[in-house]
Amino acid sequence: MSVQTAARTAVPAATPAHAVVLKEVSKVYGRGHHAVLALDRLNLTVEPGEFVCLVGASGCGKSTLLNIVSGLDSASAGTIDTGGAAPALMFQEPALFPWRSVAANVELALKLRGVKRAERRARARELLAVVHLTEFAERQPHELSGGMRQRVALARTLAMDSPVLLMDEPFGALDAMTRDILHDELERIWRERKLTVIFVTHNVREAARLGDRIVLLSSRPGRAVAEFPVDQPRPRRIDSPEIATLAASVTDRLKEEVRRHGR
Amino acid sequence: MAVDLPSRTAEEIAGLDALDLDAGRDQTRLEKIWANAWPKLAAIGIALTIWQLVVWSGWKDSWVLPGPAPVFEEMLRRATTGGDFWSSILTTGRRAVVGFAFATVLGLLLGLAVARSRILRAAIGSFITGLQTMPSIAWFPLAIVLFKLSESAMFFVVVLGAAPSIANGVISGVDFVSPVLVRAGRNLGARGLELYRYVIGPASLPAIVAGLKQGWAFAWRSLMAGELLVFIAERPAIGANLQHARDESDMPWMLSTMIVILVLGILVDSLFNVANNRIRRRWGLADGNH
Repeated sequence: MSVQTAARTAVPAATPAHAVVLKEVSKVYGRGHHAVLALDRLNLTVEPGEFVCLVGASGCGKSTLLNIVSGLDSASAGTIDTGGAAPALMFQEPALFPWRSVAANVELALKLRGVKRAERRARARELLAVVHLTEFAERQPHELSGGMRQRVALARTLAMDSPVLLMDEPFGALDAMTRDILHDELERIWRERKLTVIFVTHNVREAARLGDRIVLLSSRPGRAVAEFPVDQPRPRRIDSPEIATLAASVTDRLKEEVRRHGR
Repeated sequence: MAVDLPSRTAEEIAGLDALDLDAGRDQTRLEKIWANAWPKLAAIGIALTIWQLVVWSGWKDSWVLPGPAPVFEEMLRRATTGGDFWSSILTTGRRAVVGFAFATVLGLLLGLAVARSRILRAAIGSFITGLQTMPSIAWFPLAIVLFKLSESAMFFVVVLGAAPSIANGVISGVDFVSPVLVRAGRNLGARGLELYRYVIGPASLPAIVAGLKQGWAFAWRSLMAGELLVFIAERPAIGANLQHARDESDMPWMLSTMIVILVLGILVDSLFNVANNRIRRRWGLADGNH
């Protein structure tokens, strides 16, 4: 399912230079008078190994966009090319299966990919080691804290072994300290595994802390209206003055976008 | 990149994890059993006391309402002297198990079909709930005309009694599966049957067990009603014994049979409770520390 086309026209394969290419993607919910345009001719190109953060106010269709890129939902118009890879998706909720242990949650992702039983166990251990949860492998999800559960979810997402990782406000429900640490962790994993990440958040500082590039989406309908390259060297601190300055200018542009809806 | 950064982060993570997990004291096994048992024992003691007090009050003659002692003596006598005591339990138990098993298969299939199909739901969804409200005894005239006084008549009513509850359990289970779990499952690559096997099925298990438990209660009631009405020669059964005891005005036998019915019903019900508690503990719903 590398290429989805709403119009079912033939689309040339992505040049290997790009990891994800969205062209003129629109999404309409409902019909007739009740139709809502969630995304409007959105264009986005993400390079391999790039970390792109999407920010926007409510109603900018961030989650809709990730659902479409991941293949859970289909676009009403436009083309999506992920170069043959089914992207892995991580949610704001850990969305762990409560009847499965931590290790079994990760193993299910491997099993659904057809990994052999003997290999699954070892691979799950490796992935849990990546998120520092080896000793909690046999626990049930409810026994862990919110941050730990989200790390299990990250391990499970990595188990899909997809080069493209889509993240839908994954740290939105966590306390600030846990979030800072998970930023460091995610940055390390992204770097080590050479992942391409599309990270959706409404936290502008988080976007400036993590992204190579920040894409600002307008609301109702969602379109890409501005881009901000983040030129700061890594590792960065979310409380550094450079990040704060950049975040302020992104926030100003975002507020302008929000005011447009108040008029 | 600073060389010591990963190890420092790892330490921070380990520290936070340790702080996040609270150390709770576990009850010993004996404490658990006792905490569970004493309220039940106390309740039984109180019920027996009230029964004995009513007998002693002289409200009814002792041959109409015997006290606990003669009833339990009668039960012990029948249980130890061969006779029909155990074969009655076996016959009734077999009917209950066969009927309930069939109702389970029917209920699961029906529930799954209705949960999946919008048209089926519109057509028979509310009809299934309606069936549940129909007293099982009201089916018997029809069952007896259709199947005569036979095993089939009882089987028919037991299945009709239990299957709607089980189907309803499946329907509400599937309905209340968290959408984010389904999305997670689909993103991990589960499609069609896999999605049911690995996500929707397990996620609806608590509601399915609740439906089975309720279905069992209906099955057991339907069967007792059936055995009161349908006698089969040379095949003693618990419900039939109740009727014989009444015909012979053998009150100790009647009351001891009633106690057997109650105890069997409770025993099976507690099996469902064990399953239910296990699921709740596994999911972290049991002790409020999630």
